[in-house]
Amino acid sequence: MGLKKIGKIKFGILSPTEIRKMSVAKIITAETYDEDGYPIDMGLMDQHLGVIDPGLICKTCGGRVGECPGHFGHIELAAPVVHVGLNKLIAQLLKSTCRSCGRLLLNEGEKKKILERMEEYERTGQKTDGIVKEVFKRSSTVKICPYCGEEQRVIKFVKPTIYRETIDKTKDGEKLAPTEIRDRFEKIPDEDARLVGIDPKNARPEWMILTVLPVPPVTVRPSITLESSQRSEDDLTHKLVDIIRINQRFQENREIGAPQLIIEDLWELLQYHVTTFLNNETAGVPPARHRSGRALKTLSQRLKGKEGRFRGNLSGKRVNFSARTVISPDPNLGIDEVGVPLKIAKELTIPMEVNELNIEKAREYVRRGTDHPGSSYVKRPNGERIKVTDINKEELAEELDVYWVVERHLQDGDIVIFNRQPSLHRISMMAHRVKVLPYNTFRLNPAVCQPYNADFDGDEMNLHVLQTEEARAEAKILMSVQNNMISPKFGGPVMGGIHDHISGLFILTRRGNIRKEEVATLLKGLRYQNLPEPAGSDEEGPYWTGKQVFSIILPEELSLTYRAGICQNCDICKKMDCPNDAYVVVKDGELLTGTIDERGIGTFKGLILDKIIKEYGGERAKKFLNEMTHLAINSITHFGFSFGIDNEDIPEKAHRQIKEISMDTDDKIKKLILAYENEELESLPGRTLEETLEMRIMQVLSEARDNAGRVAEWYLGLDNSGVIMAVSGARGSMLNLTQMAACVGQQSVRGERISRGYTDRTLSHFKRGDLSAEARGFVKSSYKTGLSPTEFFFHAMGGREGLVDTAVRTSQSGYLQRRLINALQDLKVEYDGTIRGMSGVIVQFKYGEDGVDPTKSDYGRAVDVEKIVDSVLGEK
Amino acid sequence: MLSNEVGEVPTSKILISKEIFKEKISKLTDLLPKKIIEELEEALIGKDIGEEELNKIIEKTIKAYEHVKVDPYEAVGTVAAQSMGEPGTQMTMRTFHYAGVAEINVTLGLPRLIEILDVRSKPSAPIMTVRIEKEHADDKEFAGKLALKIERTTMLDIGAISTDLNEMEIIVDLDKKSLDQRDLSDEDVLKKLEKKFDKKKFDIVRDGLQFRIRPRERSYKEILQVAEKLNNVTIEGIKDIKRVVVRKEGDEYVLYTEGSALKSIIRVKGVDPHRTKTNSIKEIEEVLGIEAARNTIIAEIVETLGEQGLDVDRRHIMLVADAMTMNGEAKQIGRHGVAGEKKSVLSRAAFELTTTNLLNAAFGGEVDELSGVAENIIVGTPIRIGTGDVELMLKRERMKVE
Repeated sequence: MGLKKIGKIKFGILSPTEIRKMSVAKIITAETYDEDGYPIDMGLMDQHLGVIDPGLICKTCGGRVGECPGHFGHIELAAPVVHVGLNKLIAQLLKSTCRSCGRLLLNEGEKKKILERMEEYERTGQKTDGIVKEVFKRSSTVKICPYCGEEQRVIKFVKPTIYRETIDKTKDGEKLAPTEIRDRFEKIPDEDARLVGIDPKNARPEWMILTVLPVPPVTVRPSITLESSQRSEDDLTHKLVDIIRINQRFQENREIGAPQLIIEDLWELLQYHVTTFLNNETAGVPPARHRSGRALKTLSQRLKGKEGRFRGNLSGKRVNFSARTVISPDPNLGIDEVGVPLKIAKELTIPMEVNELNIEKAREYVRRGTDHPGSSYVKRPNGERIKVTDINKEELAEELDVYWVVERHLQDGDIVIFNRQPSLHRISMMAHRVKVLPYNTFRLNPAVCQPYNADFDGDEMNLHVLQTEEARAEAKILMSVQNNMISPKFGGPVMGGIHDHISGLFILTRRGNIRKEEVATLLKGLRYQNLPEPAGSDEEGPYWTGKQVFSIILPEELSLTYRAGICQNCDICKKMDCPNDAYVVVKDGELLTGTIDERGIGTFKGLILDKIIKEYGGERAKKFLNEMTHLAINSITHFGFSFGIDNEDIPEKAHRQIKEISMDTDDKIKKLILAYENEELESLPGRTLEETLEMRIMQVLSEARDNAGRVAEWYLGLDNSGVIMAVSGARGSMLNLTQMAACVGQQSVRGERISRGYTDRTLSHFKRGDLSAEARGFVKSSYKTGLSPTEFFFHAMGGREGLVDTAVRTSQSGYLQRRLINALQDLKVEYDGTIRGMSGVIVQFKYGEDGVDPTKSDYGRAVDVEKIVDSVLGEK
Repeated sequence: MLSNEVGEVPTSKILISKEIFKEKISKLTDLLPKKIIEELEEALIGKDIGEEELNKIIEKTIKAYEHVKVDPYEAVGTVAAQSMGEPGTQMTMRTFHYAGVAEINVTLGLPRLIEILDVRSKPSAPIMTVRIEKEHADDKEFAGKLALKIERTTMLDIGAISTDLNEMEIIVDLDKKSLDQRDLSDEDVLKKLEKKFDKKKFDIVRDGLQFRIRPRERSYKEILQVAEKLNNVTIEGIKDIKRVVVRKEGDEYVLYTEGSALKSIIRVKGVDPHRTKTNSIKEIEEVLGIEAARNTIIAEIVETLGEQGLDVDRRHIMLVADAMTMNGEAKQIGRHGVAGEKKSVLSRAAFELTTTNLLNAAFGGEVDELSGVAENIIVGTPIRIGTGDVELMLKRERMKVE
């Protein structure tokens, strides 16, 4: 049976007739179940409304649980009540229409003009909200009806559901009963309703006053059976019980002719229950509560918010064929692979349609049953799904035939989608190839951490198995790792070497004299043919350089020149004779000079990587990255690399120098404070004296930290592991190192020195009004020597600010992202090159004014014209 | 570079004239974007090229350009939104930062980005960059005078105000130094005061540099109110410009103002209205129109992201700005703007104000055509973007079965 497609959805207000027509049962009793636990007829759990208990059959459609979608019932309200959601519109309508003839209080001419304008707006696709607002504004001030001459009274709307009418503005006036409002609305002609933005065909004004209440099917409000075999009803059912009870009481009281006061009280109570049934968060109405004191979750609450029906179930759905577990790194996997635990591979399946060509393979899977490359279910052509077990697997394999479907286990090479939340990017979801591995974690190559923003401190990731051939094809072409190496954000690489990859190659490409055995060790796991000619030879035999070894993994024709990150930006660049070996020259696939660092192979910045992706494509870049990571890890393990706290040791001499600097600084600050106190300090333009002093002190302190850092830097030297990491861009910065070795520096809160705490001082350790460095959060110790108690406290203050900042930022930027996505998600490129929204409105005539896809561009540049010119002119 | 060497040019090559070159290049306008043509011209200037070579270069360039064009049905909106939203997570929250002009506070980072996309009627730190007419741009004195002219001078800046409750009067003591500094005379002040305080209600007595303002209605309340009012009287300058800082940039002086009043400032003599800008998008829209507003949105976003060291392709930012301004009115990204005015009921309900949107749709009898992304996800049908929009067909006879 083909499924029907929803073409469009029309919204409207249900009319009483419609409610009755679609109802399968009139509900009159508040009881739900009888003593035997069966639903009572005409009660809230009437079996006509659908079934939730297994074994029972729906009295309307004959379906069982899961088959029957449920059916609406209805309650005849003893007296009409106002629909809270529409209370404002009701008020406006009362003000704008005649109390006697029901017509809109504008004369014919005006109405005609407004109608014309509305039609014009609708034709041009504009919103008519503005016109409606104007109509309400103008008509509500009219005193005498232009049609029947009736004098209008003042309508007072007391939120949420009370309307009063008075002649004298200062008086409260009389309450308008919903019946009265309904009578008036009935008189509003269709054409007048149209002028106030109401579509009378789908929403007659009088339908806004409820006379019949639809009762949602039981499937919408299932009751749950507790362990004590006691039934616990859904919030909606509770509310409906309240409505029915009051409804009955109202009816009885009216029949026995109770006094008007009692009737009115009951009417109000009925209004309250219906109001809270629709929305339990209406302003001015105390929310209906559960016995436990928890506010009930009624209709409106079910739809609203993040976990509501819309955002929680309709825009975001839960899926099958997915897995989630902790991730860990595995440099032996390719960047486009993902290691999947065996347990997960046996649980997730791919449907395999059996045909003449694959029947033998399919039989094998079925025969193997629950052993790894096996299957978990088979499906007969008639739709019957059979679990493959050790008992029936042989039998099923025999029986297996064309047109069956075998749900086989996940196995090596299958295409899956791998994802880490928050999915802020399209590259937070990429297609990987499965590699089934032992143990319990997903494994991925550390070079693809960046796009996922993943690390291995306990991060978890999700995996989705594609179920159709089309989906797999699409994922492979559009979502695979190698095809997403260039970020659409800026047109550069988003993957690349990190941490040890960079340190490793940095060390390697700075080495000479590598013997043949060493070269072999470095290149293990890589495929290569013939080593290059040795760079030279000495008494121990021939040797190679690290640059030569690195060149093996470069594409043969690759040529480029750039300055590495370690470049000192000298005044006169010595180019290939750079003393720092920072001038990188790659010619015809050979690294001639220069050191490989972050600028060469790093994420975002890696120029060699970028060039390979753009010139040789993703497939080659993937190979390069795989080999590069291998080589880097081989070399860092071979040459050895470690970093410990004693790497931060600096000699006593250095400590003395740093101490001197700190004393110097104290002097300078004292002088500044003195100058300030003697009013000799000259204020900076636009700043007060105090601000100027603060700024000057901050300046002195940051200089002090920098100077102390410089001292440490000098004594640490370039061979220090920490310095290697900082300089090559592998991890950390010089600042981090000097903070450890020399001086932590000024702690700040809100971009200022720490100034709050006690009256006129930060801590009771200091004198009042002390403006000196240590009293205002300057940490002169290093992390290595340890912080004094006051310093520690200031440091914690600064640290706390950072934490709060991150927490606030994630929520704010998350909301910004949601808004941006929502505003722009419907925009797409059309075949004519324009950017249009869904209704065909043109947003841009040409994408980005040049029609260039940033993903295909080179850091935003469309075409490298110079290269083309050079290539043509250089041909001859 | 290579072809310039003498003797390298083959004799068979016919060097083309400038006219032909220009003509050839100008024919490209339909095929290539302006920027690439410019780049091409620049790259070829001063080079000897034969016609054949030129043709080849052009052909190659066109081919290269065709290769980098966007694919039809590409979801550029989503990509733009992600490209701008993702860097947001990396931005700092620090609201104030002393950037560029050390003396003026600027909102930066994520709060500023949010502010721009919200199209606030007034940014939390409005700033103007006022440039001086070219002929006076390098004149320091002129710049200083101009700064004083536009900076708001209140009574408090030029004198002391005290109230004498015995005499029921307010005494203003003008400070000669301050007056001279601002190039004002006591006459100017008097005129201003007379304008502000109606003669019928107040007596203003002048005694050298001292003014005594005596309200006719002699009550304490009145005195205090007048004193308060006097504090805020603008003697000179523009009311919204709280502070002006002069800075030298290159070889010209530029004024930076705290506070923004574009409409008034571009009318001030000596100000170059073409190069003067403000960071208030709503103001730009009102004064200079929607195209200027669009450009300001782009420039401000680029600046905000750039300051944080984030690299986002301009095309994404342009798309966001265009989506915000396409109806001729700068609309915010969010519930009161682009996202909230979408046609689809379901899309709006799924975004924010779920119940309100559904109820409004109900009495208005709205119809959801289910064409957008959010709607199709809700009803469970393929979305009409990217591969979901392509209807691939293959003619049977074209299928080769082996």
